Amino acid sequence: MGTIYIDGKASEADPKQNLLHACLSLGLNLPYFCWHPAMGSVGACRQCAVKQFKDAQDTRGRLVMACMTPAAPDTRISLQDPEAVAFRAGIIEGMMLNHPHDCPVCDEGGECHLQDMTVMTGHDYRRSRFPKRTFHDQYLGPFVYHQMNRCIQCYRCVRFYRNYAGEDDLNAFGISNEVFFGREQDGVLKSEFAGNLVEVCPTGVFTDRTLRRHYTRKWDLRMAPSICGHCSLGCNTTMGERYGLLRRVVNRFNSEVNGYFLCDRGRYGYEFVNSEQRIRAAQINGAPTSVTEAKRRLSSLVAGGQQLIGIGSPRASIESNYALRRLVGKDRFFCGVSDGEWERTRAMVEILQAGPARSASLRDVELSDAVLILGEDVTNSAPRMALSVRQSLRQQSFETTQKLRVPLWMDDAVREIAQAKRSPLFIAAAGATRLDDVATATYKAAPEDIARLGFAVAHEIDAKAPEVPDLSGEMRELAATIATALTGAKHPLVIAGPSCRSISVIESAANVARALCDNGHSAALSLIAPACNSFGLALLGARPMSEALAAVQDHGDATLIVLENDLYRQLPAKLVDGYLAKAAHLIVLDQLGNGTTAKAELLLPAGTFAESDGTLVSNEGRAQRFFQVFVPEDGIKESWRWLGDQSWSSLDDVLSEIGTEIPRLASVIGAAPLSSFRIAGAKIPREPHRYSGRTSITANISVVEPKPPDDPDSSLSYSMEGASIQPPAALQPFFWAPGWNSIQAVNKFQSEIGEALRGGVPGVRLFETSTGGGYFDGIPNPFTRRTQEWLLLPIEHIFGSEELSAHASSIAELVTEPYLALNPADAAGFLAEGKPTVVEVAFGGLKQRVPLKVLAELPSGLAGIPAGLTALCGEELPAWCRIERAS
Amino acid sequence: MLSIIRTMWSVFLHTFHRRVTIQYPEQKAYLAPRYRGRIILSRDPDGGERCVACHLCAIACPVDCIALQATEDENERRYPEFFRINFSRCIFCGYCEDACPTYAIQLTPDFEMSEYNRQNLVYEKEDLLIDGPGKYPGYNYWRVSGVSIGGKGKGEAENELPPVELRRLTP
Repeated sequence: MGTIYIDGKASEADPKQNLLHACLSLGLNLPYFCWHPAMGSVGACRQCAVKQFKDAQDTRGRLVMACMTPAAPDTRISLQDPEAVAFRAGIIEGMMLNHPHDCPVCDEGGECHLQDMTVMTGHDYRRSRFPKRTFHDQYLGPFVYHQMNRCIQCYRCVRFYRNYAGEDDLNAFGISNEVFFGREQDGVLKSEFAGNLVEVCPTGVFTDRTLRRHYTRKWDLRMAPSICGHCSLGCNTTMGERYGLLRRVVNRFNSEVNGYFLCDRGRYGYEFVNSEQRIRAAQINGAPTSVTEAKRRLSSLVAGGQQLIGIGSPRASIESNYALRRLVGKDRFFCGVSDGEWERTRAMVEILQAGPARSASLRDVELSDAVLILGEDVTNSAPRMALSVRQSLRQQSFETTQKLRVPLWMDDAVREIAQAKRSPLFIAAAGATRLDDVATATYKAAPEDIARLGFAVAHEIDAKAPEVPDLSGEMRELAATIATALTGAKHPLVIAGPSCRSISVIESAANVARALCDNGHSAALSLIAPACNSFGLALLGARPMSEALAAVQDHGDATLIVLENDLYRQLPAKLVDGYLAKAAHLIVLDQLGNGTTAKAELLLPAGTFAESDGTLVSNEGRAQRFFQVFVPEDGIKESWRWLGDQSWSSLDDVLSEIGTEIPRLASVIGAAPLSSFRIAGAKIPREPHRYSGRTSITANISVVEPKPPDDPDSSLSYSMEGASIQPPAALQPFFWAPGWNSIQAVNKFQSEIGEALRGGVPGVRLFETSTGGGYFDGIPNPFTRRTQEWLLLPIEHIFGSEELSAHASSIAELVTEPYLALNPADAAGFLAEGKPTVVEVAFGGLKQRVPLKVLAELPSGLAGIPAGLTALCGEELPAWCRIERAS
Repeated sequence: MLSIIRTMWSVFLHTFHRRVTIQYPEQKAYLAPRYRGRIILSRDPDGGERCVACHLCAIACPVDCIALQATEDENERRYPEFFRINFSRCIFCGYCEDACPTYAIQLTPDFEMSEYNRQNLVYEKEDLLIDGPGKYPGYNYWRVSGVSIGGKGKGEAENELPPVELRRLTP
């Protein structure tokens, strides 16, 4: 740290950073547009001008752009210098020349960075009498709404979209005063991270199209900290509700996890909460019933003396799973996923707990400088991670940058120095992935061969690792290249997951990570889990489903309780039918109607993550708590409340009981402060202090205002009154600071710009490295294709493969039609006149008609079917299938 | 003693003053057009709803007695789906009128709103919306705003250039 002088006052600043970063870190208000904490400086907007002085004697000084000037020790600047103030006001006035008179109907209004900066510089009256420039807008898909008139040409959108997210269909067109940001023509934005444009754009050019349908200003939203449940990464989000309807999701900064960005599934998947499919009232044999009656029936079924069998869920919170486990007894609590998935999940947890490699957070992914991905298309299975992997590709070029003494924040120069140089990224997958365009090398093969490659890489790094028999020369060469790249890196990373439905792939990744660690490299390992709380369920412990059927059969009159789990998506339909037919009574708790709920004798409406509190364990092993945003309509309750003990009065009771009963999960209670936490005796308000309509919202029903609901489960209140200082990070309901209404107010909550929130990093890590264990040696035989049969594998899709988000109306627009994919050579025999046709897939006595799709990168002998999108989604894959042309 | 006589004299003199008291309700008092009474929602000169559901009146309201929900017609013209004022809470401060960027919400010289039942003081949009432009006859927000609505495309607002032709080659 060095000392810089701002308006004569000495302050500490990091000399590796720029002056804007330093000023904002010190809590000073300096307007800016083009700079973004995650994307560095380009000096395009000229808004952050300050006066810099040569030395203490210099009184004249010169104007510099704070974002482009290093915060070198002894720098003397002035923010308040009249010339600098006038310059900044002039820049804003220039930007406002063409800015339309849209604020009242603009969705950004009230959380607009341009509004904030305009107020900050004091520009309040339009002097220009000249006409305003206008543009035609484009249709950019179901997520992002385009209003180009409002643009101030800061270039943030294209810098994010092209440089950061690596997609190329958004660009700047035109010159001089007529620069246009959009696509070459109307169409859906290709990037899976396009939704971030809403937050990246400092004004209302890109706004949330889903919010537009039920528009509410930021100040009118009741907000709560939440955790995204649409994949296993556990990104932190802020949910906003008004009038009992979930309105939107925005990013909630977590320096270790999602940073400043979310994926589109996480941002737009929230709409399932408002879906027509929601179960809003308890039902007995399909007929709606009251809460009292449902409770009575539940207790009579539970106390009826029949054997209780509980089926848990990888997408339900630890608390809900625990409540069920407690109700039925731990010997009768089953995991609710296929045996294969359960085995893989438990193996992953075991590897992360017992292995020497650190379980990688998304920040670790971003900072790694060589990445090996085994068997995953991360963009589709854990989308946000793909964005981090893309950033990791820059790490090695930073060495050159540092040699040339160019600071890392000088974005354009750093990218210019890097040219096409990228850190090594190797992807072995059973098909094309969305990161192939930036990979050093890709290897398309069947799961067995991917695993063999992983084992071979491990052996190349460490001779003690088991050797792969019958290794082809080509694969040996590739393994050697990968091994060299990984060992040559400072922070190598291995990513694997369950997409290939192969435990060998996961074990091979563990071997690579272990080999690296044993040879003195600080390797990290990231294992993607199948669902948002798979690891939590594995830590809780449950019996495999294959034993559940036996248990149901043993007790002819068993009562089956299914927790937030559509069994038809997890297990073969025949098997599920068997379970359900054998059980005397079926109790189902769920949020959305599905095949399992349709068969329930007693159906209980379970709260979604917007309507309940709970804890999820992410793939990093980070236990994070999500909080209720609003009190749902009568009837909807947290699953742990439905199933839990009468003596539980709040979430704290559940958590402390989990802590004593299950020592592995003892630290989960620390994921967020308990409900007794207060700041100066006050709860933390969920509503901003300007929340409007308090005395009018329910006046149409009764003019007498109701008391705000109580929240026994958290230290957040359903009110605008309460603690006004910064709460612990895990309880941060929204980011707002005086003068900073937009989401960029997060600057005011960070210990240093881009670093952890002052209240700490939300969540607790449950996995720490250990020195135990050894190499896995279950090396599979090479894949051999069959002549008349294909190995059927699921293909993950960001939109559609995840159960809940697929019910969001905007995401539903982008869900692909079911298909069967074959590579061109294999497909040739099924094409009708050279055109794809409909085929019939048959395996294990099942048949499914699907259109044929030709996928060039799919290895020969494999067939792909979209995960979660067909009636086959519950079948245990991979499986050999026969394909016939449908007549 | 003297002060008592002076007071009585003063009272006596008032017998000959012009009367201030009027015979309300038979006789109505004059209220200036800017009097802050019952709140109305006005229409623009074209007859359309002026309110664009920007929520600024609601945030300005010190007693939080305004609640509304924005929605759009098929041409993306925004308007309130519902607009509710709880007059039993309203203090007639006029902040909502100050905040309104479209002259939609206006206070009128009418205060005769007494009710026996407090619930009747909750006014919905149907109760608030009048047929004319109220105090500001000429203004139409949509003619100034840069967004397109039915009947007004991009670049057709006041003081706007025609939309930039992106495929033009000359600078």
